[in-house]
Amino acid sequence: MTQPLGKDLLGLAPLSAEQIRFILDTAEPFKEISERQIKKVPTLRGMTVVNLFFEPSTRTRISFEFAEKRLSADTVNVATSGSSVVKGETLVDTARNLEAMRIDMVVIRHGSSGAAQFLAERIKSNVINAGDGMHEHPTQGLLDILTLRDRLDTLENRRVCLVGDVLHSRVARSNIAGLLKLGAKVAVCGPRSLLPNGIEDMGVTVFNRIEAAIEWAEALNVLRLQLERMQAGYIPSLREYNRVYGVTRARLERAPRELIIMHPGPMNRGVEIDSDVADGPMSVILHQVTNGVAVRMAVLYLLAGGRPELASAAKGDVK
Amino acid sequence: MSERPLLLTGGRIIDPSSNRDETGDVLIVDGRIQSVGGKIAGPDGADIIDCRGLVVAPGFADVHVHLREPGREDVETVASGAAAAAAGGFTSVCAMPNTNPVTDNQAAVGFTVRQGVLAKQARVFPYGAISIGQKGEQLAEFGEMIDAGAIAFTDDGRPVQSAHLMRTALEYSRTFDVPVAEHCEDMSLAKGGSMNEGTLSARMGLKGIPAEAEEIYVIRDILLARRAGGRLHLCHMSTKGSVELIRWGKERGIGVTAEVCSHHISLTEREVEGYNTNAKMNPPLRTEADVEALQQALKEGIIDMLCTDHAPHHYDEKEREFPEAPNGIVGLETALGVNIKYLVEPGILTLSELVDRMACAPARLFKLPGGSLAKGGVADVTVFDPVAKWIVDPAQFKSKGRNTPYGGHTLTGRAVATIVAGRTVFRRT
Repeated sequence: MTQPLGKDLLGLAPLSAEQIRFILDTAEPFKEISERQIKKVPTLRGMTVVNLFFEPSTRTRISFEFAEKRLSADTVNVATSGSSVVKGETLVDTARNLEAMRIDMVVIRHGSSGAAQFLAERIKSNVINAGDGMHEHPTQGLLDILTLRDRLDTLENRRVCLVGDVLHSRVARSNIAGLLKLGAKVAVCGPRSLLPNGIEDMGVTVFNRIEAAIEWAEALNVLRLQLERMQAGYIPSLREYNRVYGVTRARLERAPRELIIMHPGPMNRGVEIDSDVADGPMSVILHQVTNGVAVRMAVLYLLAGGRPELASAAKGDVK
Repeated sequence: MSERPLLLTGGRIIDPSSNRDETGDVLIVDGRIQSVGGKIAGPDGADIIDCRGLVVAPGFADVHVHLREPGREDVETVASGAAAAAAGGFTSVCAMPNTNPVTDNQAAVGFTVRQGVLAKQARVFPYGAISIGQKGEQLAEFGEMIDAGAIAFTDDGRPVQSAHLMRTALEYSRTFDVPVAEHCEDMSLAKGGSMNEGTLSARMGLKGIPAEAEEIYVIRDILLARRAGGRLHLCHMSTKGSVELIRWGKERGIGVTAEVCSHHISLTEREVEGYNTNAKMNPPLRTEADVEALQQALKEGIIDMLCTDHAPHHYDEKEREFPEAPNGIVGLETALGVNIKYLVEPGILTLSELVDRMACAPARLFKLPGGSLAKGGVADVTVFDPVAKWIVDPAQFKSKGRNTPYGGHTLTGRAVATIVAGRTVFRRT
């Protein structure tokens, strides 16, 4: 059986537009499972998935765990605190030990760019990147794109702007790669000290001012501003950041159209996004979270050898 | 006890120091060049190396190697590094002082000298640290270290952050007329970086090291040398901008010399793709435009010499997440093949110019033995095959380090015999 995604999901940059559409299309039937009374299908019964999280995560880890459990996989969570990692074990040793216990998949979150690929090249199990350093967070990119597609039907020529700390953001890199492949027009907006040098060469437009971005965009994906960026000297203060780049109701009211407001979470209310925007009618932030489970179910299903055209059937009978 | 006479027959003798490029014989007696050129009848009992089809040149010298002893004898020793050097055609190497403990005093310098003598391979000349403990605070004892065998000073591995200290080091070095070598890196710009800064680093989500981190120190030190005098030597130049700044300095007669590593004239940042830790070094691999500028600078003599920055690391240290892996690659056993493939084959340097940049220039500027095949001179000689194609197999290295981006690459040119003071320390059969 051909695997439409290959062995691993390491990022959206290595995928084709067709592969990304496969995943999104496969996610559609899986959305419904989470709406059922009994949210479980037997698709991955007997498979063992390890969630290997070297960085703290609530949303992504729980979302993966729900996706795994709703597909009936056996799951184990390994967090760095309390594991052998704190005793100095290397990543490759940790992985090989897990594999020696005969697992099928590893979901890895790690602070170093390239860590997921490093792991994927050294173990036979499927590897899903749940965020590697500043590199990629492909399932977040996919769920963002799925949410946009729900609202806009197609991504072709749609205008999406990522706002904020693009420099340190793996979410931004996955979004840029995925959106461009699907034909969207992508922009970034933020202080130049938080945009990577050479970003224009990635095929995106750069806005220095949030007002210009809002005028241009159909959707804003507002990135989390990590509070330690201020201590590191990238911006002078959170207050000034909100004043210059904050996505506020006043700014959105001057927009020529209704915008779709997204945020990958966790939010700093009153910094990159104001509460009345986050909780307001344009916000699809919780819809993103719901879609996250469906997208991750689709990825697990496809990497396990599932075929996209059989995804509806894969929902199986309610147990 | 002196060696038996050695006759090198029928080779192409290339010695830029005496403008020689001709086919002929070289006779070595008592560790010195007895006669050179034409057909020479060897004395009875002489060893003979048939050099037909090979180049006979002054022994190569590498002024930038890390031999890791003392401190990390598990990844390299003076002996294993000197053997790797000999296998690469080097008759002299200069060992960096960022050992543990730091080579910042006469006893430590003397230790490295002794280990080198005992190894009986390529000659090993230690650098001394510029500052005590390479901390960048207090000037180390240049005079005492020179008496013990130090040939130059550097805090390589880290820059001399204080402009005042660098100025003082340059001024103080004038008493002894030795090079003061700088590792050019503005740490505030480079901190946390693990590759060249540019579109690729943006894509890969790796913090980049901008060219300016190097160039700021290049121009700072050239300006300091203008005021202080001395012999400023700039280590491992990696950017087009640095070339322009060195040109600026040399045009004004400022005393500056520079080296470039074989990897910086052959590879670009694209080697890093796939998070290849064997392409991670500091300064990082740069862009095509940088590589071309560095190649051209070597041709023009703006950059004086080639080096390796040979930096062995343990397999386990490189076998890890890219940002956490240490910087550096081994280079002694691939340098000649890389240099011929990327400089001579494309017609950028002639073989004679390559011999100058690998042998004559470093010997002249660092006052090392050899660097010439002139009659009566010390017989440090390299015999190499300039056209042999070979595939790099790191498992065959004499170095303990296997960390190379050239594994599996086909290179051109390889040392056949390495002769130090008339003694054949390496012979490929």
